[in-house]
Amino acid sequence: MKILVCISHVPDTTSKINFTDGGTKFDTNGVQFIIGPYDDYALARAIELKEATPGTIVTVLNVGLADTEPTIRKALAIGADDAIRVNSEPTDSFFVASQIAANAQGYDLILMGRESIDYNGGVVHAMVGELLGMPSLSPVMKLDIEGTKVKMSREIEGGKEQVEASLPLVAGCQEPIAEWKIPNMRGIMSARTKPLKVVEATSSDKTVVTKKFELPAPKGAVKMISADNVAELVTRLKTEAKVL
Amino acid sequence: MAVLVFVEVGEGKVRKSSLEAVAYAHLMGGGVTAIALGTVAASELESLGKYGAQKVLHVSDSKLDQPVIQAYASVLAKAMQDENSDVLVLANSSLATPVGAKVAIKTNASFASNVVELPSTSSGFVVKRSIYTGKAFSLVEMKNQKKVIALKKNAAEAKEVGGSAQVVAYSVALNDADFATKITATEKASGDILLPEAEIVVSGGRGMKGPEHWGILEDLAKALHAATGCSKPVSDMNWRPHHEHVGQTGVKVAPQLYIAIGISGAIQHLAGVNSSKCIVVINKDPEAPFFKAADYGIVGDAFEVLPKLTEAVKSMK
Ligand SMILES: Cc1cc2nc3c(=O)[nH]c(=O)nc-3n(C[C@H](O)[C@H](O)[C@H](O)COP(=O)(O)OP(=O)(O)OC[C@H]3O[C@@H](n4cnc5c(N)ncnc54)[C@H](O)[C@@H]3O)c2cc1C
Ligand SMILES: Nc1ncnc2c1ncn2[C@@H]1O[C@H](COP(=O)(O)O)[C@@H](O)[C@H]1O
Repeated sequence: MKILVCISHVPDTTSKINFTDGGTKFDTNGVQFIIGPYDDYALARAIELKEATPGTIVTVLNVGLADTEPTIRKALAIGADDAIRVNSEPTDSFFVASQIAANAQGYDLILMGRESIDYNGGVVHAMVGELLGMPSLSPVMKLDIEGTKVKMSREIEGGKEQVEASLPLVAGCQEPIAEWKIPNMRGIMSARTKPLKVVEATSSDKTVVTKKFELPAPKGAVKMISADNVAELVTRLKTEAKVL
Repeated sequence: MAVLVFVEVGEGKVRKSSLEAVAYAHLMGGGVTAIALGTVAASELESLGKYGAQKVLHVSDSKLDQPVIQAYASVLAKAMQDENSDVLVLANSSLATPVGAKVAIKTNASFASNVVELPSTSSGFVVKRSIYTGKAFSLVEMKNQKKVIALKKNAAEAKEVGGSAQVVAYSVALNDADFATKITATEKASGDILLPEAEIVVSGGRGMKGPEHWGILEDLAKALHAATGCSKPVSDMNWRPHHEHVGQTGVKVAPQLYIAIGISGAIQHLAGVNSSKCIVVINKDPEAPFFKAADYGIVGDAFEVLPKLTEAVKSMK
């Protein structure tokens, strides 16, 4: 079986977000980049499937410029066999999905995260599924393969649903689908020499264009209320904040 | 501008988020047609007129009682064509967001999710999206002639504008590929208020000390008609179900009121709650970082404050 895992290269979850150049550029100053946390679940599940079924090949794919290579190497260190980088800035979901679809021939299973934590589109998997004519499902919390049949559990508002489909398919993953994996020394050493193929984007079609970034308005100071006077909180919520 | 709105139905009722989507479409100006799939009473659909829909297409095919993403996308793409819609509006959800993405591909439309405001059309068609899990916004221009917009909660208020809608039967021929994913079972936390849609959320963290103490938190939630949420470690330890976990890697909520009890306020938790209108923090540690993100704070022991707060809420009513 051939599994493709699509990873995004995103600011660490503890990052403070800032912009420069009059709100047109992301400020990378002091920001550490990681594999998207949901993408890490997808990768972990792919490695589990590979361990369970010898002969399985796991390829990671990222749409990004050369600065994403350390992130890609980390995925190789975790256990992916090879990697593809589509040399282009991932400006919007449709563009990213088209580039993934253009490089996804021959894979039985395409795993992604439920969403990227920068763009938060939550849709690249659905778009790739549509472009390739495969079923797609997200967020998937459990994924088991029996022959060509795939049994999944998907989170929905206030509950979950059990879903069955056949390979090939696309899944957007989230916990508890697998436990995050940490690279070991051997993995880190071997990652340096694993193949990382760089390909150019097939098109430059942009269906949406970012004009500007903004930060939310700063929050006012917190109003502290004494623990001996809890009723005052209720009054304030009702008359001052008007939320009750 | 002709706008089509996907209306999501749950337990025979139109979801509140879909009413917001209809209200949003109404505020965009132009004609508003809504579309609902599966079994739902005509009276429920007629009431969409109050929020600004002029017409409601109803696809009553019982095969669509199950929310099969591919099939829904095929129906909506066809409806956009038949209705000559310029824009499809829907509310972000586990069903609507992927459906919208697929429709965008099928109809060659620009797509944007997590949209928080009405579009500005003074120079191009520009929408404001929430990005970096609520830590920032981007203004994006949707270039294609057709557009699909998925709304974040509170992008528009579900206000009654007092019109009436005509319900029209509509059907689309579907094939096997549309049903390639089969939903074999659905487990729903019954009777609960849906967390992503709740107006008030009462959330507990590790400071609640254990699942056996959730009763006092649920009492407060009940008195406030609130949904319950929790921090990630709480669901990781199985004190609470996974779908209650709020934050960057969990559910993002945007209620009127978010009450956090015994939650420290890690940046990953804040990312899931920063769109709330009002935040109340109850924590025994005055240095807890959450206080910096709060509107109101009480320094105190949850086990003493919670019962008192529940009493105060009850006596207010
Ligand atoms: C990649 C990544 C993603 C993450 N995603 C999320 C996410 O989506 N959501 C999330 O919540 N976390 C997330 N986390 C975890 C996050 O960093 C914090 O560890 C977590 O939010 C802490 O949960 P907590 O506040 O319940 O626990 P703690 O940090 O242990 O805080 C408990 C609080 O309770 C208070 N307390 C104790 N006893 C009492 C009492 N009797 N009365 C009142 N207060 C009391 C304490 O003062 C303390 O402030 C993520 C972490 C990582 C690395
Ligand atoms: N630049 C990228 N390169 C490769 N995969 C990506 C990229 N951006 C997003 N993805 C994948 O698509 C998923 C959903 O992303 P999004 O729709 O942006 O929220 C992510 O969790 C990744 O698995």
